[in-house]
Amino acid sequence: MDESPLLEVQELGYSYGTRAACAGITFDLYPGEVLAVVGESGSGKTTLLRCISGQLRPDEGRVLFQTRAGEIADVWAVSEASRRLLTRTDWGFVHQNPRDGLRTDVSAGANIGERLMAIGARRYGNIRQEATAWMYKVELDAARIDDSPQAFSGGMQQRLQISRNLVSQPRLAFMDEPTAGLDVSVQARLLDLLRGLTSDLGLSAVIVTHDLAVARLLAHRTLVMQAGRMVEAGLTDQVLDDPQHAYTQLLVSSALPA
Amino acid sequence: MAATETVEGYNFAYLDEHTKRMIRRAILKAIAIPGYQVPFGSREMPLPYGWGTGGIQVTAAVIGPDDVLKVIDQGSDDTTNAVNIRRFFARTTGVKTTERTLEATIIQTRHRIPETPLRDGQILVYQVPIPEMLRWLEPREAETRKMHALSEYGAMHVKLYEDIARHGYIAATYDYPVIVNERYLMRPSPIPKFDNPKMHMNPALQLFGAGREKRIYAVPPYTAVRSLDFEDHPFETQHWDHACELCGAADSFLDEVIMDDRGTRMFVCSDSEYCLSRREKQQPAVA
Repeated sequence: MDESPLLEVQELGYSYGTRAACAGITFDLYPGEVLAVVGESGSGKTTLLRCISGQLRPDEGRVLFQTRAGEIADVWAVSEASRRLLTRTDWGFVHQNPRDGLRTDVSAGANIGERLMAIGARRYGNIRQEATAWMYKVELDAARIDDSPQAFSGGMQQRLQISRNLVSQPRLAFMDEPTAGLDVSVQARLLDLLRGLTSDLGLSAVIVTHDLAVARLLAHRTLVMQAGRMVEAGLTDQVLDDPQHAYTQLLVSSALPA
Repeated sequence: MAATETVEGYNFAYLDEHTKRMIRRAILKAIAIPGYQVPFGSREMPLPYGWGTGGIQVTAAVIGPDDVLKVIDQGSDDTTNAVNIRRFFARTTGVKTTERTLEATIIQTRHRIPETPLRDGQILVYQVPIPEMLRWLEPREAETRKMHALSEYGAMHVKLYEDIARHGYIAATYDYPVIVNERYLMRPSPIPKFDNPKMHMNPALQLFGAGREKRIYAVPPYTAVRSLDFEDHPFETQHWDHACELCGAADSFLDEVIMDDRGTRMFVCSDSEYCLSRREKQQPAVA
């Protein structure tokens, strides 16, 4: 690929006291690419995601992001104001629990419109139009635009959360176990939707998951973590079909056959 | 108005001089940064939180022996809160009190701005229950301060959006968010949005005191105060189909008063002094 990477993570490390949650993590993410981070619970996946998404300052290493203007921003060296602007505009963050990422006391339309208003949209009609369009894109019934997210099912809430993040047309989305806690049929539908959205919008994504099926379906590349370290990385099919590291082999063999 | 006897044993305006200096420093900082909430060491006052402990401390800090004080509560000079605070200052300072907006140099208010336009040199002191406009969006104080510091106010429109989505128009009628001097988001204490335009470029100094929350903020004279809105749903004040039934004013904020058990009601000016002075002009014998 001759393009320069969208996101570069260099020798990233974070410790909780003396316990290293992740160490020496290095990878590049190219525009339009989806990267899955897999590993068992406690392997440092979520800490890694929080460090690269501007929520948790890493102890060591750098996170470089290529902004829309084509400049390379060191996520943890730029001012807090620009970092926060980045998280509101160029990035999206999908939480595992949709209630963490939604305002449950305002309507679905207000949830989708929030980012637009945060970056200066001041015409109600346009915001509403955009919200309606996004409800359609994530397969929500646009007639429910004024309903509270609390009246939505878990799968609908998750789709609402995704649309709320994508409305500002971010170029990079971070997703923390986006399908965990949903039943299998809803998971399948959501995965299908995510796959469609990432390919249609040319969106790059870092998806943390412990579900190898999610990685296989969505991710171009997969990074396997164990005890805070990257043990294997490569094309998803390669990693999952021909695992080299003993831990990856264990992980792949312990997945139930579909 | 007849001067009430002053009481012995208290410092001028109740608070000690060190406290008043501390509050004045906070006020000066607040004036220097219009709309910014300055923390101050709020004292226990001899009235409960929610009754104007913030406003009373601000008034105590700025009042001098030559001042003339007016106190209003919901626009009226003769409700409990107004009477008590006026008497409190009359007894602890011996200053002259008045009900005339034009005569007053300091006006302490709860929930209204007088209808009579204020002039240069006057100070309007607001009693503020909750100073933080962003509290609705964000429960964490550290986070709201950061949002103020970085002017991250866009999400404030979510509240207005929600109003339009539910009611078809911006249904908020009081405590309507404003941007002061094109910089800080400010909660104008629970004044009706009818009064919001009066804050804009007002010749008087406007001070806001929140006693329980320990915050002081200010709008200096002739400062821009803009109410938030949408381009296609512009800010509007309330208007009534009635005029005041006592003085006939069509331009004032009206209270609806229930007259009997059969649902008879009348609309009268909320600003009692404005209403009275208009009636006096029409018919000098009334007074």
